[in-house]
Amino acid sequence: MVLEDLVKIKERYLAQRKKFTFRVCLAAGCVSANSEAVKEALEKAVAEAGLQNDVEVRGVGCLKLCCGGPLVAVDPLNVIYQKVTPADAPALVAALNGAEPPVAKVDLAHPYFAKQLNVVLENSGIVDPDDIESYIAHEGYRALRDALRELSPADVIAIVTKSGLRGRGGAGYPTGLKWATVAKTKSARKFVICNADEGDPGAFMDRSVLESDPHRVIEGMIIAAYAVGAEQGYIYVRAEYPLAIKRLQNAIRQARQLGLLGSGIFESPFSFNIEIRIGAGAFVCGEETALIASIAGRRGRPRPRPPYPAEYGLFGHPTLINNVETFANIPPIIRNGPEWFARIGTEKSKGTKVFALAGQVKHTGLIEVPMGITLREIVEEMGGGAPDGKRVKAVQTGGPSGGCVPASELDTPVDYESLTRLGSIMGSGGMIVMDETTRMVDVARFFVEFCMDESCGKCAPCRAGTVQMYNLLTKIRDGRATLQDLQTLEELCEVVKNTSLCGLGQTAPNPVLSTLRFFRDEYLALLKDHPAQQHQSA
Amino acid sequence: MAAKTLTINGQLISAEEDQTVLAAARDAGIEIPTLCHLEGLPDVGACRLCLVEIVGWPRLVPACVTKVAEGMEVYTDTERLRKYRRAILELIFAERNHVCSVCVSNGNCELQNLAMKLGMDHVRFEYRHPNLDVDVSHRLFGMDHNRCILCTRCVRVCWYVECAGTKNVAGRGVNSRIITDMNQPWAEAETCTNCGKCVQGCPTGALFYKGATVAEMERDRSKLEFIVTAREKKQWLV
Amino acid sequence: MSFLDMDEWLVELQQRADVVYGPFVDTKEYPQDVDLVLIEGAVCNSDHVELLHTLRSRTKVVVAFGDCAVTGNVPAMRNALGGAAPVLQRAYIELADTNPQIPRAEGVVPPLLERVVPVHAVIPVEHFLPGCPPDAGKIKAFLTMLLEGQPVQLSPQEIKFG
Repeated sequence: MVLEDLVKIKERYLAQRKKFTFRVCLAAGCVSANSEAVKEALEKAVAEAGLQNDVEVRGVGCLKLCCGGPLVAVDPLNVIYQKVTPADAPALVAALNGAEPPVAKVDLAHPYFAKQLNVVLENSGIVDPDDIESYIAHEGYRALRDALRELSPADVIAIVTKSGLRGRGGAGYPTGLKWATVAKTKSARKFVICNADEGDPGAFMDRSVLESDPHRVIEGMIIAAYAVGAEQGYIYVRAEYPLAIKRLQNAIRQARQLGLLGSGIFESPFSFNIEIRIGAGAFVCGEETALIASIAGRRGRPRPRPPYPAEYGLFGHPTLINNVETFANIPPIIRNGPEWFARIGTEKSKGTKVFALAGQVKHTGLIEVPMGITLREIVEEMGGGAPDGKRVKAVQTGGPSGGCVPASELDTPVDYESLTRLGSIMGSGGMIVMDETTRMVDVARFFVEFCMDESCGKCAPCRAGTVQMYNLLTKIRDGRATLQDLQTLEELCEVVKNTSLCGLGQTAPNPVLSTLRFFRDEYLALLKDHPAQQHQSA
Repeated sequence: MAAKTLTINGQLISAEEDQTVLAAARDAGIEIPTLCHLEGLPDVGACRLCLVEIVGWPRLVPACVTKVAEGMEVYTDTERLRKYRRAILELIFAERNHVCSVCVSNGNCELQNLAMKLGMDHVRFEYRHPNLDVDVSHRLFGMDHNRCILCTRCVRVCWYVECAGTKNVAGRGVNSRIITDMNQPWAEAETCTNCGKCVQGCPTGALFYKGATVAEMERDRSKLEFIVTAREKKQWLV
Repeated sequence: MSFLDMDEWLVELQQRADVVYGPFVDTKEYPQDVDLVLIEGAVCNSDHVELLHTLRSRTKVVVAFGDCAVTGNVPAMRNALGGAAPVLQRAYIELADTNPQIPRAEGVVPPLLERVVPVHAVIPVEHFLPGCPPDAGKIKAFLTMLLEGQPVQLSPQEIKFG
């Protein structure tokens, strides 16, 4: 494979384009709403209308407005139909001539779409995730070719560093710095790992990226491997994502066939292979040292850092671990240059962020927005606020490690530092909206229960502490607790936060601490010895 | 081997390059509480009792797995650390059924001793009182899960000193349990060599010689150290 | 018994404090304005809870005295069975040799609590004196501190469980 081959594939693919294209969303959300049957029905309707030469029916990745699924986009009409059933297929085919079908259209001018800026998701809903040529036709693997043939590993790292990209797994560690550390470590073997163990309740960004555009992640990984000097890569993805696994397997096979994985990629001396490792769904395996243990075939338990994986990782070798979305940002950064990327976002948080917008909000689904956008724009404008005329009460970001941002702070810009200041975190991109009927003690209790169940049990404070936090929260919820109990809970949160071994335990108290910070009254109102309670019972 | 100079609680200490903060402190006669640490075993930093403050480091770190460095300024006994250690002990006591008065290790228990040393006169948290098994299937030894603190010393002894690999951890979080082989009764664990090193390694009364009754279980840790020293340093005298 | 082991010091104690309520005092009602109470035993039934609330409101300094009061100790081992009903079932039905029945006499036999708890789980406690039993020397040292109005500071040996 050389540059000319890439260009040839692209030209051939574009030449085969038909006049009309139905793009049917085949990401997990729409699939669960029966979109595969919709695709079949469309193919049948096209055949029955005798339009096979004019109309292509393409399965694509996520079309983003998950609450409207199944979604079908039509080119070049620039419409997206929502809640499409297989019975609608003939009407949609007939509508290609300009007729108005009895199927609801998505309002593409709505802020939900208008405010999005798609970098990671630029191909999502456009390319066929099962067809590498579709990806190549959209500039796929061009960045890899340029990196391997025109840039040195040091150049690649310099570009990533200059772009200001930070880890999208949640903590926001500068990606370029991480790469540089692994690159500098001397070792005969190095590894690159893609962390696709997305486990936050309500989060599905990484799954969508893998289901919609798997080659983008693979391309990002190969570039990373070239930059740090690794020859073997692993994608650690949870077994609960069967569709993502299937598409990744297919993508890896296709990339191998074209020589984009294997030895002498783009006729350079560089070789790289990727294997998939399927996780059994333990949340803690998203923690890098636990993930490495799991890949190595051991129990998925974290170990104290340092040494960091960059120095001492998989099988004891230097290992680069990045999240799915981080890798997915790499090809466009190489292609468009670091300056282009650094222009997006804020001073310290560059680029875009993909969020899975869920909860009590009108429009749920996948959004990609520039960093620095306010939570209010996301929740009220894009999401359309809470349904049924209710008021938004809080927004939860960062999953079990994050916190609840109250409605009064919705003007906060979305960037790593601002969210941390509010006691939450950027996290991997879960965003759960809660309306006025939500009880915050229940929210805190839900996330603590999650952490309690997912604690690996290695270190004492997380194992034995989360269960006590849960007990205290249950006691508070049931109206059996006293002020003393609340004080004990707060002290316990401090202990678990400061003494746990890994990120799971260190952040497990965040949902409690942030709800206590902004919704303390709700806790107090439930206490047995709270003045308001005594007044009521008197 | 190069020496490193550091201060612990304001006291100037000279340590060997590869030493951990814990080892350096103990050499200098500074006590740091530990539970999952056992001389001769690889450390895991799991009990979190040996957490120390190091000036300029963002988080508390376990002394047992943190290597000394030149100019390091370590504090091992601050108000905050004492508070956290006590809370961790309380959590451990509340987690399972630690009833000292009827325990084989009463008077010889590391957990009990730490509670005394760290001033833990009561537990603020609700006792969980889980219903746990006692495995007395083995001819010589018993395992009382009620008294287990999941320090994994027995597991590490079994894997790294005896190299039998009989003991392991199953389950997750508060449901974690020490198992033998594929979670079968100890007597049926084929890999067990009946060496009893796990019993020597246990800090509490969870592992015991059969026939030991209240307060009768005493352990000889030096046996493990002897083996490890012999193997690693080829020194046969302790 | 451990208390009685303080032997002749009991005479001194008796000169400095009145014993107004307890197993050796023939008073049914817990008196008012008590300076100090040493509570033995875990909280097992509803009478215990009631008494604790009464004595808390009438006492300046409450001490959880001995492992049962401090931790629940042996009485609390029944909690692992998962509630009052299984405990009664086990004790009076499964293990009965003759005439298995669960004793019921309302107003006479207080109902068991679902879970046995230590004293401080029910009322605030000022001091804890663990030990099973706390030996005489420990009790004496502790009471001396209280009687002399010194701050209570117990050595590691004095707070040993078991």
